[in-house]
Amino acid sequence: MPKKYDTPLLDELEKGPFPSFVTEIKKAAAKNDMAADELGLLEKSYRDKRGYWKHGGIVGVRGYGGGVIGRYSYLPEEFPNVANFHTVRINSISGFFYTSKFLNEMCDIWDKHGSGLTNLHGSTGDLVLLGTTTENLEPIFAEFSSRGWDLGGSGSAMRTPSCCVGPARCEWSNIDTLDITYNITQEWQDEMHRPAFPYKFKFKTAGCAVDCIASIARADCSIIGTWRGKIEVNQDEVINYAKKGMNIQEEIVNMCPSKCMSYDGKNLKINDEDCVRCMHCISKMTKALKPVGEKGASILVGSKAPFVIGATLSWVIVPFMKMEPPYDEFKSLIRKMWEFWDEHGKNRERIGELIIRKGMREFLEFIGVEPQSQQVKEPRRDPFFFWKEEELKPNSELLKNR
Amino acid sequence: MSAPQRRTDIGPPHYKDFLPPVIQKNYGDWKYHEILNPGVMVHVANSGDKIWSVRVASPRLLSTDTIREMAALAEKYCGGYIRFTTRNNVEFLVSDEKNLESLQKELKDKKYMIGGIGPRISNIVHTQGWVHCHSACTDASGIVKVLMDEFADYFTTKKLPNKVRLAVACCVNMCGAVHCSDIAVVAVHRKVPTIDHDKVKNMCEIPSTIASCPTGAISPDPAKKSIKINADKCMYCGNCFTVCPPVEIHDPEFDGVAIVAGGKVGNLRSNPKFSKLVVPYIPNNPPRWPEVTEVMRQILDVYVSDAKKHERVGEWIERIGWEKFFKVTGLPFTHQHVDDFVIARETFRTAATFKW
Repeated sequence: MPKKYDTPLLDELEKGPFPSFVTEIKKAAAKNDMAADELGLLEKSYRDKRGYWKHGGIVGVRGYGGGVIGRYSYLPEEFPNVANFHTVRINSISGFFYTSKFLNEMCDIWDKHGSGLTNLHGSTGDLVLLGTTTENLEPIFAEFSSRGWDLGGSGSAMRTPSCCVGPARCEWSNIDTLDITYNITQEWQDEMHRPAFPYKFKFKTAGCAVDCIASIARADCSIIGTWRGKIEVNQDEVINYAKKGMNIQEEIVNMCPSKCMSYDGKNLKINDEDCVRCMHCISKMTKALKPVGEKGASILVGSKAPFVIGATLSWVIVPFMKMEPPYDEFKSLIRKMWEFWDEHGKNRERIGELIIRKGMREFLEFIGVEPQSQQVKEPRRDPFFFWKEEELKPNSELLKNR
Repeated sequence: MSAPQRRTDIGPPHYKDFLPPVIQKNYGDWKYHEILNPGVMVHVANSGDKIWSVRVASPRLLSTDTIREMAALAEKYCGGYIRFTTRNNVEFLVSDEKNLESLQKELKDKKYMIGGIGPRISNIVHTQGWVHCHSACTDASGIVKVLMDEFADYFTTKKLPNKVRLAVACCVNMCGAVHCSDIAVVAVHRKVPTIDHDKVKNMCEIPSTIASCPTGAISPDPAKKSIKINADKCMYCGNCFTVCPPVEIHDPEFDGVAIVAGGKVGNLRSNPKFSKLVVPYIPNNPPRWPEVTEVMRQILDVYVSDAKKHERVGEWIERIGWEKFFKVTGLPFTHQHVDDFVIARETFRTAATFKW
């Protein structure tokens, strides 16, 4: 029987309507020594108001440089069963779809070789197996990989790409987010399992500008579905929305950021040329409005959390790109970006930070993307700009044909 | 039994093998969806086929017992098909309408919290906290639990002007999307780290420790073969601790959380925005952090009563102005609210127009 700890503080977190993580740990702790000590250690953290985990150590499976995050406790004598308590990242399925068969198999393996605790999912999108010992790592990997499952990314490598539910269950997706995610994951297995980048690199793919995967805030490369064309209006459905109580003038027309719509009490008109495709009207009147035309994605680069230069949102690099298998144009663009990063990036420097340090022009020229007004909110405000030797023509030549 | 044959570089299984047949058939051919109640939506395909999704809350940290129970429910009512959302909710994918009621009934009987769809509070994106992270200066799971208990009505029933996305990060590394959330909690330190010079000598790479500092506060200390920290420049971010463990930043007496608000990631109506500081510090008070819940409630209540339909928290604040936000919420405005990091001047007011 696993050791039983008194947990008066954590018990307070079993009260209330929302499902309790404490109850989850207790369920595992009832039959698992590691989970029992995790519960005891966490109670101590609540008492002392501090964590007791050390930095990650280097552990992993043979042939891989990532996928396992080493975790050691500061209190190995007091809580011996979590002295080492490593995280295993399993590459999740595109769109986070599962079957009961897989989930049951996963639980069997994890009960046998780990703490019985998981995260579905980690922030990057991995299926996280929370806590096991070093000697369990190889057996876990053999169990999963023999069934067709692989580890996710960690360290200075490509991280497990993730995406929104996309065309699997959404009418707004302009691109096949699941296929893009699956395809690039398979393409770059080496980049994922054997860290060779200056720092981490994340991909997130959203089917439209609603961005349910938060790609613009959390991915070094954000792929956001969009279209070139118009919004097709079904006027009968517009009438139905009005009948059901929607104030179309107030809720739709007045909230359009580009003021490209008008409504005369019957018909909704859209000036497609001025539409910026923000998705507000479409998401509120999904039966009446539909994007039509050429489908593709905007490719944005550089978002990350605050370290080191402050938080960034991704910047538009390629305003529109067709995204169809085998995604060769996209992949060669990414390879150029990685080459730039590999050549100039410092240790622990994200690609967005490098772009700021080296300048957007250097980056665009290296990856072979022309400057376009869609890339900026506004042109520069300062008069300090570079000219390169090859751009310089003497005034006499510039004035020659006047 | 011999050990199974390991394979490398195979990547994840193909997603098609995990999609319900109705999704495989109508993949990329959906016509519209409708929210039937706070926890159920139906997607209708151009073919006329339908799939119902029943969403329930999850603490994200799940035991195998609970996952097996969810798998059993999926098998009983959904042909075994189940998915998770970006915000760690669980969705049961029902292909046969006659299973819809019985699934919901069994979920309710088993005390699952059904909801989270539409203009509501969905689950809270969060980080590892004291449960499993070295740099946590609060427990994310605990704060999530007390906030979701407090706002449970907004998950299961009540409507908001628009969805409100909450996040909790257990340090400024922000493994969750705190920097672009409607209202979010981020744990912070307030004191300059202490340095164990003997250990730095053996454990740390001096140049990368210096480079980790956002404010350039760290310089070499050649005599000690260590580093020194300029206390006037240090903003207590703890990034040096992450690259060099003997630089100790944790301090249970002085660690706590800050509240930020007004961020979003979607492009609807207005552009994606960063969250901004609204409360610089609340002490850690486990197990239920009542002071955090109180402030979050204070902000949310004013948003609910003042915002127009479809306005996100950040859009509402931009419409009324930040100076009015502090007035209507009653939150004090302090030195910490005025930016003095590298991008500060973008935030100073450069117009004679403002409200009293």
